[in-house]
Amino acid sequence: MSVSATWYLTLAAVLFTIGAVGLLVRRNVLVMFMCVELMLNAANLTFVTFARRLNDIAGQTAVFFVLVVAAAEVVVGLGIIVSIYRRRPGATADDLHGLKG
Amino acid sequence: MKLLAVLTIVTPHVNYVAILPELILIGGALLLLVSGQLVFAKIPTAFYSIGSGAIAAAALVASLVIWHDVQARGPFTTIADSVAVDGFAIVFLVLVSCILILASAIANDFLVREGIDGPEYHVLALLAGSGAMLMAAANDLILIFVALEIMSIPLYILAGMDSRRRESGEAAIKYFVLGAFSSAIFVYGIALVYGATGSTNLPQIASYLNTNIITSNGVLLAGLGLLLVGFGFKVSAVPFHMWTPDVYQGAPTPATGFMTALAKAGGFAALLRVFFSTFGVLRTDWQPLLWAIAIVTLLLGAILGLVQRDVKRMLAYSSINHAGFILVGLAAATSQGISGSVYYVFVYAILVLGSFAVITLVGGKGDENHDLDAYRGLGRRQPVLAFAFALLLLGQTGIPLTTGFLAKLYVITAAVRAHSYALAVIAMLSAAIAAAFYLRLVFLMYGVKLPVGSGGDEGALSLPVTGEPDDGLDPTGSVPTGVNIGRVVVPVPTAVAIFVTVAVTVVFGIWPGPLVDFVHAAHFLF
Repeated sequence: MSVSATWYLTLAAVLFTIGAVGLLVRRNVLVMFMCVELMLNAANLTFVTFARRLNDIAGQTAVFFVLVVAAAEVVVGLGIIVSIYRRRPGATADDLHGLKG
Repeated sequence: MKLLAVLTIVTPHVNYVAILPELILIGGALLLLVSGQLVFAKIPTAFYSIGSGAIAAAALVASLVIWHDVQARGPFTTIADSVAVDGFAIVFLVLVSCILILASAIANDFLVREGIDGPEYHVLALLAGSGAMLMAAANDLILIFVALEIMSIPLYILAGMDSRRRESGEAAIKYFVLGAFSSAIFVYGIALVYGATGSTNLPQIASYLNTNIITSNGVLLAGLGLLLVGFGFKVSAVPFHMWTPDVYQGAPTPATGFMTALAKAGGFAALLRVFFSTFGVLRTDWQPLLWAIAIVTLLLGAILGLVQRDVKRMLAYSSINHAGFILVGLAAATSQGISGSVYYVFVYAILVLGSFAVITLVGGKGDENHDLDAYRGLGRRQPVLAFAFALLLLGQTGIPLTTGFLAKLYVITAAVRAHSYALAVIAMLSAAIAAAFYLRLVFLMYGVKLPVGSGGDEGALSLPVTGEPDDGLDPTGSVPTGVNIGRVVVPVPTAVAIFVTVAVTVVFGIWPGPLVDFVHAAHFLF
């Protein structure tokens, strides 16, 4: 029994949506990071599924680029968080309200 | 043995000369980073600034060498077709090099004034510059994504560079979270486009679209829409602009100017290439979308700019308005519109660098003096600085005999030629609305008494021409307490940078030939 590509694509779309909605509604910056990771990995799953369906290696190599970029992004993001929250008790986005908007 | 033959990996031929400007910036940035550790004495900031300027100048020379090469042999691609070396890319290579040279001079005086030691600021700026160059030259969606991140990640850090101001860190985290969000959307868009067309290479996608008639492909259109959202965030087009005012206000002022110029250059370079050159066949699908985005971007930027009291926030909305104008050229979807957009990006990048250089100086030590009141009477206290700022603001307004006027003229003409009259009219209307807040600042500097809006009251919307001169007051004007009005210190490097931006704005406004010819050479490879 094989699972058709459509299911993988649907799963990826659902994961991507969960990530996007989570980023918009959750207030903890660390959770927002996780949501970004979820979105990127949903894109990776889509890449791999299409690569398999098209029988093309390029889609799978794209995943490596996305993974590397995601890692670099997290390093910088955590660095920024640490530098900001060193003087604060919690990591909640609502505490950041010096700038209006 | 047969297995071995399958496993042979064919490495693509790399033409190193074609990516020399990027290599110079990355290599130079790393050299600059370690140079401080090799010497056991404290290295002055000026050394790093001069080094950064020299590296950017070397990249400029390399860009001109490639330019010569392309003129002699024609455009070409390299590294397995993932980098395009064409007139379009080179115009942006030159622009980014110029941005970096000017920005290193402006940043030097800021770093000295604020006492920020070390090469980090310049290193990050150079790395971001290499990312913007790669975005312009990228010929593959994956490379565009990687280049977008090479450009964005240093910009996130630059926004949070001023660790003593709390707003700076807040700007960095806001920029980072929304930037990462937009990158994730962008990469999902790439995945969908890849699934629909079978390639991430731009010419291959274009040839696929040319040979296959696509009647209804939801995956492809969804991918295209997500790509547009990703780009929209980077170039701050409405409705993806939410981060812009906060990040502009919170980031250190020279970083704001640099970020604006660079993100607009890199973002629009890739946006124009992907949409016009690659997905040009589908223009009937994306044109209405871009049309709508251009209209809301133009109007929202101009109207919300009117009610700002903070000059950096005001210029943030102004940059949203300018993004709308650049989109007008793309929405026309003609080669004339594209050259108009490229010319606009070029001109705007120079104008905004100069404007933020002046704001950096007026901001004073601590980088906090950004209320409109700080500019009251500047024309009497420091006529030269005020005159330069006035010229830059008039350039952004689009007054004739400046480059800003020609830029607006080109994109609006392109819209009219493409028969989108509504867009042209709205663009002109938004230019008139935006003129109100530029001119308000100019009148304020020259001591004309005006109602200054405070968070959206009715006084903010009245036009500046209704004001009357307040000649009964002392030269500093009526300045509320709390605003530090001292003589603005103008160091030489920043003064030279401001002079260059003003000279470019005025000289090429009066004598447009060379710059227009240069930008008209911005042809796509295919």
